[in-house]
Amino acid sequence: MAQGILVFMEEREDKVKKTSLEALSAARKLADRLQETVTAVRLGSGDASENLAHYGADKVLCVRHELLASYSTEGFSAAVAEAAKKTEPRFILSAASAMGRDLMPRVAARLGVGLAQDCIAAEIVGEGQLQCVRPIYAGKAYAVVRLLASPAMATLRPNVFPVGKADASRNAETATITPDLDAGKIRASVKETKASSGQKVELTEADIIVSGGRGMKGPENFRIIEELADAFGGAMGASRAAVDAEWIDQQHQVGQTGKTVSPSLYVACGISGAIQHLAGMSSSKYIVAINKDPEAPIFNVADYGIVGDLFEVVPALTQAVNNLKK
Amino acid sequence: MKIVACVKYVPDTAIKIKITPDERGVELSDVSFIVNPYDEFAVEEALQIKEARGGEVIVVGAGTETATAGLRTCLAMGADSAVLLSDPVFDNADSYLIGKALASVCRELEPDLILFGKHAIGVDNGQVPSIVAQSLDLPQASVVTKLEILDQGFRAERDIEGAHEIVEGSLPAVITAQKGLNTPRYASLKGIMAAKKKKIDVRNLDSLGLSEEDKKPRLSVERITLPPSRPPGKILQGDVSQVVPELVKLLHEEAKVL
Ligand SMILES: Cc1cc2nc3c(=O)[nH]c(=O)nc-3n(C[C@H](O)[C@H](O)[C@H](O)COP(=O)(O)OP(=O)(O)OC[C@H]3O[C@@H](n4cnc5c(N)ncnc54)[C@H](O)[C@@H]3O)c2cc1C
Ligand SMILES: Nc1ncnc2c1ncn2[C@@H]1O[C@H](COP(=O)(O)O)[C@@H](O)[C@H]1O
Repeated sequence: MAQGILVFMEEREDKVKKTSLEALSAARKLADRLQETVTAVRLGSGDASENLAHYGADKVLCVRHELLASYSTEGFSAAVAEAAKKTEPRFILSAASAMGRDLMPRVAARLGVGLAQDCIAAEIVGEGQLQCVRPIYAGKAYAVVRLLASPAMATLRPNVFPVGKADASRNAETATITPDLDAGKIRASVKETKASSGQKVELTEADIIVSGGRGMKGPENFRIIEELADAFGGAMGASRAAVDAEWIDQQHQVGQTGKTVSPSLYVACGISGAIQHLAGMSSSKYIVAINKDPEAPIFNVADYGIVGDLFEVVPALTQAVNNLKK
Repeated sequence: MKIVACVKYVPDTAIKIKITPDERGVELSDVSFIVNPYDEFAVEEALQIKEARGGEVIVVGAGTETATAGLRTCLAMGADSAVLLSDPVFDNADSYLIGKALASVCRELEPDLILFGKHAIGVDNGQVPSIVAQSLDLPQASVVTKLEILDQGFRAERDIEGAHEIVEGSLPAVITAQKGLNTPRYASLKGIMAAKKKKIDVRNLDSLGLSEEDKKPRLSVERITLPPSRPPGKILQGDVSQVVPELVKLLHEEAKVL
């Protein structure tokens, strides 16, 4: 009988990612409902100092193998699938990060089970079945899907599930397994990782995002967007119009063909709010619009808005935020 | 090189969503369809590789007769031939069944490279390529923004959070395309004329040799809803020296995001 929840913990530079702690915290809540255990699976060799037990793991399963030194879809998915076969979990969860979205489909394919990608809610229904809500049509609709095969698998959209409060009184057992991996079956792997230039906080992980659109008028003006983003300690985004005009690099683009973000606060400056832009940011908790056109559609989704000239409003806002933080 | 590009015919990105009365689907009878934009990158990449190294490009789609138009578009761009896996079941099938069906055709075609889009818009899923890769026991690289074909393999760049990764692997392989990989060409008039003469091989589900296990649903859609509407916002108008402090106060005290 399948029991418990397995959570894949992503590590980058020897640190467990926050998005994985979100998945772990979500798993804890589901496991409490089921009165079952949570097993955190770590493939990295990084420092184990973050105590995964504090965030809800009952067991930490360290999967060690020299072939896991660098990421490969084949190697990692074989290792996670083997961990799943050993532990027979009811569910397998992961963050819907770049790695999670690459890895989990191949794990699901190996196990021959279903996977709900990029979920924004997960609950238990019936006799311990997993049911998830996932945005479709770029967030213009939500699908409620039930996972019918066992184990049920889901990836969780970053920034949507809160990280639980660390509970220092919790402990976890640790076990180590060495999966049976074949070097001949790892035919593609990551050879190098190059940091993207500029961005201090990664867009998809940022808690606050300030974006500029065509209303910015030119590349030099993105400085005021960056200053506001810095004041918030957040990241800088852009509309496609700004990216296509080459005012700002493509990695900043938010929207249907750019990144999907769900920060606590999204500030859209000089962005009209086209449906394809909304697709990438409408699941933000709070949306602020700064636009000189009171009829701009962005105001229909904004929680707060200022009708005005962004070249006056944005610098004044930067100053006010800096003053507040002092 | 023999290259397969898998293309899905999808509802246009600009459609307004209407939920069907049974609340299990989206009304698609009046909407226009397009080749999935990410699949266009896949087809373009296939054509560029063929132009550089020789070979052939085969586009494969699973759907109903309607999907023929999408395949014709790809033929007009320059693909050599097309295969349509035709069955109504594909329109609402699990990724698993679609993946197994595409894998079955790819197994027959024996390509050196299989290209996909990073996800099909609408379902926004990103799973079919992995099911194909696993079924055919192939290496894969996903969400690729740059692809080089080497004599013995490939080198791909993919975006991850705040960085990009260089993935190297052997061929045959499965690659999924992300925006930035290339700029898809428009079909020329000549291309459109030529496409009319190109062959679309129509295959039915039964000819694909899928097992009952492959066809078993792994996921059920319980309901489709519209996202909860946001309560009307507080829109401030007036002098900057007044509205800016007011906004900061709201963010601080009401939204508590500062
Ligand atoms: C298939 C497809 C995919 C797409 N994908 C994306 C995507 O991923 N992301 C995306 O963003 N778009 C995308 N688009 C494009 C989208 O349709 C819009 O064209 C784009 O979002 C518009 O960008 P914008 O709001 O910056 O520009 P505009 O629509 O031109 O709006 C500029 C706004 O700035 C305001 N403004 C001007 N000057 C000032 C000032 N001084 N102060 C204050 N306000 C000012 C104006 O009132 C206006 O509302 C896509 C389109 C298609 C067809
Ligand atoms: N019905 C289909 N026919 C052909 N290719 C498909 C189909 N469904 C998905 N694909 C391919 O798989 C990719 C990812 O789709 P998905 O996993 O459904 O998001 C798409 O970009 C296509 O390349």
